[in-house]
Amino acid sequence: MAGVPEAATGHAEAHAHHPPYLQHHFVSAEQQFDAAKLGMWLFLVTEILLFSGMFVAYAVYRVWHPEVFQAASKLLDWRLGGLNTIVLLTSSFTVALAVHYAQLGDKKRLVQNLWLTVALAGVFMVVKYFEYSEKFHHHIFPGGNYAYEGLQLPYVGQFFSIYFVMTGIHGLHVLVGMGVLTWVALKAQRGVFSSEYYTPVEISALYWHLVDIIWIFLFPLLYLIH
Amino acid sequence: MATQTIAAQKTAQSEINYLNHARGLKSWLLTLDHKRIGILYLISVVFFFIVGGILALLIRAELFEPGQTLMTADTYNHIFTLHGAIMIFLFLIPAVPAVLGNFALPIMIGAKDVAFPRLNLASWYIFWLGALTMLVGIVTSGLDTGWTFYTPYSTMTSSGVTWVVLGIFILGFSSILTGLNFIVTVHKMRAPGLTWSRLPLFVWGLYATSIVQILATPVLGITLLLLALERILKIGIFDPALGGDPILFQHFFWFYSHPAVYIMILPAFGVISELIGTFSRKGIFGYKFVALSSVAIAFLGFLVWGHHMFVSGQSATAATVFSLLTFLIGVPTGVKVLNWVASLYRGSIWLRTPLLYALAFLFVFPIGGFTGIALGTLGLDVPLHDTYFVVAHFHYVMVSGGLLAFLGGLHYWWPKMFGRLYNEKLAQIAALLIFVGFNVTFFPQFILGTQGMPRRYFDYVPEFTTLHQLSTVGSWILGLGLLLVAVCLLHSLFKGQLAPANPWGAGTLEWTHTGRLPSPHNFERTPVVTRGPYDYHLAEEIFGNGHGDGGGTPAVIPAQGQAQS
Repeated sequence: MAGVPEAATGHAEAHAHHPPYLQHHFVSAEQQFDAAKLGMWLFLVTEILLFSGMFVAYAVYRVWHPEVFQAASKLLDWRLGGLNTIVLLTSSFTVALAVHYAQLGDKKRLVQNLWLTVALAGVFMVVKYFEYSEKFHHHIFPGGNYAYEGLQLPYVGQFFSIYFVMTGIHGLHVLVGMGVLTWVALKAQRGVFSSEYYTPVEISALYWHLVDIIWIFLFPLLYLIH
Repeated sequence: MATQTIAAQKTAQSEINYLNHARGLKSWLLTLDHKRIGILYLISVVFFFIVGGILALLIRAELFEPGQTLMTADTYNHIFTLHGAIMIFLFLIPAVPAVLGNFALPIMIGAKDVAFPRLNLASWYIFWLGALTMLVGIVTSGLDTGWTFYTPYSTMTSSGVTWVVLGIFILGFSSILTGLNFIVTVHKMRAPGLTWSRLPLFVWGLYATSIVQILATPVLGITLLLLALERILKIGIFDPALGGDPILFQHFFWFYSHPAVYIMILPAFGVISELIGTFSRKGIFGYKFVALSSVAIAFLGFLVWGHHMFVSGQSATAATVFSLLTFLIGVPTGVKVLNWVASLYRGSIWLRTPLLYALAFLFVFPIGGFTGIALGTLGLDVPLHDTYFVVAHFHYVMVSGGLLAFLGGLHYWWPKMFGRLYNEKLAQIAALLIFVGFNVTFFPQFILGTQGMPRRYFDYVPEFTTLHQLSTVGSWILGLGLLLVAVCLLHSLFKGQLAPANPWGAGTLEWTHTGRLPSPHNFERTPVVTRGPYDYHLAEEIFGNGHGDGGGTPAVIPAQGQAQS
């Protein structure tokens, strides 16, 4: 394709007004922002597909053994699950507020809301810890290791396999989210973000919403079977 | 030609390019340059290809005679499993996208790099982390399940399944991140004027591949994670002894692993399109159909996994639907093959090594494709299932797709990667040996399969000896050809003649807008694209005279790329 005209907006001109956050291989801040956002959305698609395998396993075993799922679900405490649902929904709200204040360039409220989100995620994990340890105390383990005297049915182990694997992998995502949001909050405290540049806030908030949405599906499917 | 070489040598000394702008091991291990990452991947996958290839030669040597020839039956089970697992997960899946794609894609779309360079480097490290995790399991306790890890055997065996599946889980991230990077790059980083209908077909192929990588790989990830948990925690999802369902594993496994076939073949289709477009000097016939058929294959590929399970006890209705959908996927594939042939028709064919590989592909691939249709037929699949017919079928697809296209692409982009030409005669002899060796190895296996030789067997009845021996001799010819490729390319690396910027007179940006070797940021100025990738109508004014023989590469073109700013 030689011999064709070349863009006037080349390398040299771009360097003249080069904001510090703009990486050299992007033409503009908009391009960089759009790329990051598209990349995050694609990553979220892969996350949904990761969970989809477990949802399929859930559907298969529930269709085969509906009565077992109903009985086993009663062993889960819907009040704790419900509390955690409210906690996560609130954290989604605070992280959305964080993005809002990032767009406005309000550093103080941005930092506040990010830490609030991390704290709520921590509350979620603490509640989860109590739920898990209560189950282990009663010898409610996944699959072949299930040994709870109060409910002995064939395939009840499968329900708890699905419960522990799904909530376990979800909990792992919460932990990763806490790490990422802490990192973003520390950056925000240093004043890295402005109304022109807040990409990490936006994409980590997207991730956090996904963690929330997956729980919204897990809660009724596991805790509220009637 | 002689004066040109001297001129090229002179500029080569002063020119700053991606290979010489920073030196030392650290500059390679911490590089964010997509071209260097491509080279890192090249070294990695070639290493694993050699390992997998040696295992293949051992398999064929063992089967030279009935009974025990070289190794025990147990060792044989390990060897064929490792051959499959290494070739698929460590060579075929990363080969074309991660090596050739990484090197060429950003330049082909006029970008300075991929959208996320750090993620790109991370993918390479994750690749090695996954590979080493696999190796831990293999070295400590081997692997004897076959590359498919079917339950319940994989939950019972004491071999290193847990480590290997965790390794493949990690490798999946590498594959996903590369695909994600490419999709964002193609969407957001194209040069001005490079519309979707002007994208080189290799880019289209990589784009379709990336879609499959993103949508299928996470499902394999969770499947293998569940398998590992099955072994560690006895979760009873797949293990029938605990009330689990082994057929569910097969569904999960093939939901990824059938699309994975297209992860291996779609980028290869892209390479073949480039080779045919460049060396027939005519442009690709039915460009839009060839481009969109890649996307069609990517989507249809998700709907046919059940054809791996015709005899595993799925319902007859499901089997019929899967069979019909399998036939459907032959349509976009046929569109491609016919369009390639039509592109060659009345073109100014310039027979160079890359085109030889493309022609070999055009001969070999349809055989793999048609036998695939045969295996998709319900009645035929029952007697042919798990025979050498299947082995021959997927080697015709995978070796033509993965290996021939990879070698063709490697020979095509070699002068751009390393700035040197290779010995054309030697390379052509090697290509011929590979073509002959491949067919001698695998064609007899079709016959063996129809006669009832089961796959993965260590021993066989004496009647099969002649065909097995033919196949083994073929593997030696194939090995010799590959060795010759290595000699030829290594010789070129150190002693090869310096290449001009556009030795093939190709029309895509990586040839027309960069110097002998691309500069660290690919372009001095972002190119503006005003025509399609295979538009040879203006060839005379673009490439100067004598483009037909490829010798003429006018100084005007490289001079632009080489100009220092």
